[in-house]
Amino acid sequence: MNGEVLAPAREEDLAAAIAAAHAAGEPLAIEGNGTKRALLRPVQAARTLSTRALSGITLYHPQELILSARAGTPLPEIEAALAERGQHLIAEPPTLAALFGVAPPGAPTPGIRPPTLGGLVATNLSGPRRITGGAMRDHVMGIRAVTGTGEVFRSGGRVLKNVTGLDLAKLLTGAHGTLGVITEVTLKVLPAPAASGTLALRVASLEAGVRALSAGLGSSYGVSGAALLPQGTQVGAEGRPGPLALLRIEDFSESVAYRLGRLREDLAALGEVSVVEQEESRALWAAVREAAPLGAADEEAVWRVSVQPTAGPGVVAAAGLGKALLDWGGGLVWLAGPATPETHAKVVAAAAAAGGSFTLFRAPEPLRAAVAVLPEEPAALAAIGARVKTVLDPKGILNPGRMRAGS
Amino acid sequence: MIRLPDPKPGVMARREEIVAALRDLVRGGPLGEGVISAPRELKPYETDGLSAYRQPPLAVVLPTSTEEVAAVLRYCHQNGIRVIPRGAGTSLSGGALPLADAVVIGLMRMNRILEVDYDNRLAVVEAGVTNLGITNHVAADGFFYAPDPSSQLACMIGGNVMMNSGGAHCLKYGVTANNLLGVKLVTIEGEVIGLGGRHLDAAGYDWLGLITGSEGQLGIVTEVTVRILRAAEGQRAMLAAFKGTEIAGQAVDAIIGSGIIPVALEFMDRPCIHACEAFAHAGYPLDAEALLIIEVEGSVEEQDMLLDRLKEICARFDPISLKVAQTAEESVAIWKGRKGAFGAVGRISPDYLCMDGTIPTGELPHVLRRIGEMSAQYGLQVANVFHAGDGNLHPLIMFDANDPESFRKAEAFGADILKLCVEVGGCLTGEHGVGVEKRDLMGVQFTRDELRLQRSIKGAFDPDWLLNPAKVFPLEDNPALQRAA
Repeated sequence: MNGEVLAPAREEDLAAAIAAAHAAGEPLAIEGNGTKRALLRPVQAARTLSTRALSGITLYHPQELILSARAGTPLPEIEAALAERGQHLIAEPPTLAALFGVAPPGAPTPGIRPPTLGGLVATNLSGPRRITGGAMRDHVMGIRAVTGTGEVFRSGGRVLKNVTGLDLAKLLTGAHGTLGVITEVTLKVLPAPAASGTLALRVASLEAGVRALSAGLGSSYGVSGAALLPQGTQVGAEGRPGPLALLRIEDFSESVAYRLGRLREDLAALGEVSVVEQEESRALWAAVREAAPLGAADEEAVWRVSVQPTAGPGVVAAAGLGKALLDWGGGLVWLAGPATPETHAKVVAAAAAAGGSFTLFRAPEPLRAAVAVLPEEPAALAAIGARVKTVLDPKGILNPGRMRAGS
Repeated sequence: MIRLPDPKPGVMARREEIVAALRDLVRGGPLGEGVISAPRELKPYETDGLSAYRQPPLAVVLPTSTEEVAAVLRYCHQNGIRVIPRGAGTSLSGGALPLADAVVIGLMRMNRILEVDYDNRLAVVEAGVTNLGITNHVAADGFFYAPDPSSQLACMIGGNVMMNSGGAHCLKYGVTANNLLGVKLVTIEGEVIGLGGRHLDAAGYDWLGLITGSEGQLGIVTEVTVRILRAAEGQRAMLAAFKGTEIAGQAVDAIIGSGIIPVALEFMDRPCIHACEAFAHAGYPLDAEALLIIEVEGSVEEQDMLLDRLKEICARFDPISLKVAQTAEESVAIWKGRKGAFGAVGRISPDYLCMDGTIPTGELPHVLRRIGEMSAQYGLQVANVFHAGDGNLHPLIMFDANDPESFRKAEAFGADILKLCVEVGGCLTGEHGVGVEKRDLMGVQFTRDELRLQRSIKGAFDPDWLLNPAKVFPLEDNPALQRAA
């Protein structure tokens, strides 16, 4: 944590705090409950501004598929409110509490604060359903936020379709608090499917696994999760040895049964098939969502590489690390390995060779302070980015150093 | 006529020289010359889908490559010349309306499908490929491109990206932004930048998300990587007719509340039902006040299951009639009227304005009642057809363009409807864009400071305000345009 923590309970107080910091030219670390402090680079700021006291659901109209909440609202509070009306968050966002070492795997620990909605949106983290349901940012219908000068602004709104004006909500989603502090978010939500079932295929290689995932995602059956557990990774206490290709169907129970049956017929030639149902299926995908099958040790670095799905196995091979997990049909590659600049360089090269993007997701501070944790932008784009940053945070006081060194 | 910034005298005076320079940059080819400058040939480019506004440009260039687009932008940037990007010119908000001193960059000759990759479920296409052209290209293999604006036969993917186009099926499949992987963007300086790629969620700022729906304010998209999806096994529609708009709105709420998200959920009011029935003979009940077209997807058994549930839900709201299509042909018949709605209204009125506000669906009865009252007050007929699941309204205001007073009233009526949309918590435009049409209403939805912030973001991409200026943002309060004029 960065020094003194300010946690205003009203948006105008938060704006005033930022305006004062702007006037003084004093940088601020921006966070909700600080569960993702270990993500990306360490922030260089003496003080922390938290949104955690800006909390509570402000509007929930289930029939309109719309929920608004203040940025500091804990994720479990939102999930519980949605569950009560049979709805859920479409992007299936992970908490990554175990990965970031803020909570042990499994049940929440007393005294440990859960992730907030604002943190989730600022980091644009999506789970397995991203492949067909869209990313967190796809469901942000509107935001309220405060610029680095302390100015409050809105973008988007509280309706499902809106192309009015520039979409600054998209710009702030995934900007890790460097372009503004999100104070309230309006999300599109959907009915939670009644049933979940998973087809598990034991396959000969990662390449064969991605072929199976591609066949499933290219089918008419509305696959809502497509992950690949490499050899050696295990899921659940009873242990399922990999490599295992997993394809999920979520819908009304009649549809899940029918589609799993059809998929099973269509994919039978690609591997040995079994079916995982209901609670076991849900637990399996919760594990994939949290990257648990990756089995990253505490001291290891974790990378998240995004490539076209068929390039996933090649990235795993080129990185040459023992630990990997593939999601999003093979396109999201989680890797874990020694936290050294050499290993990082290998992962960066593997992502670049596959035409994709990488994030050094978690690492001990010396490594993440020393290397580029995100890909370099082309010069023309970096110049535009610098001008955008100047518009929204002219003195660079919001989360300096979070995404890139010196900005 | 809407106010446009004064042409730059220096640019107007150099017209011949500029046209000659452009001819060197855009050579043309078998399809014809690369630069159009003869007044008669500029005629087709003086307006778009919002034909009430017209303004011939300085010249039109028709590049065939990203390099040519970059060369033109570089030249225009160096010479302070405004540019207007144009796809098929189907914008309903005047997004492609030229300025007298501007060069229109028409992308219709960049119409190649560069690659289809079924394993990765994507297609790489040039900006001038039509929306339906993508689906047609992959349909034989069972795939489709999801967003389906009504103009999909003509409208181009580059324009779809710029407007973040939607369609009747976005309740399930999302709008353009949700179906994009990457674009090739040319900046006003003529730099070519790849945003996104063939993968999801590139790390760093979401430039792709910002560009999508930016109405040509930030750069020109010349190449697009879209996601393609495997089509469902089949789909079928049902028709539910109700005695009132309020009760039909309640039925919509009940459907969404039941956990069923139909692939399409369309709403028509009485004037629209009558216009469509006279035009398409789709068998719509003429005694209904409101009609829902509900479409579901899946195997025949899944369709039956969902349609049975939907029928049971609709039956609770005292329907006049419920008709479930038994075959694909009957589904087509149900859709026939809806798909011809704009044409049908065009037959009963010489001209109409199509509005595009979005409202929270719970406000539907109130908003429809108010629109009815305004219709009486203005003495202009209005037909309502819209995407009920997401609250995106399309009131069609009928008027006579030969009567200036009638047009003035139609514009005022439209503005009142959009103000009402904002007042109840909605927005000015759900999928057609702000363009010039709604530009001067932006102050209804945003504060002056919010507009200043958005303008500054545009300025970060386009410091001299050369890219599609005079659109999206009100002219007042805009130092960049006032200085230029």
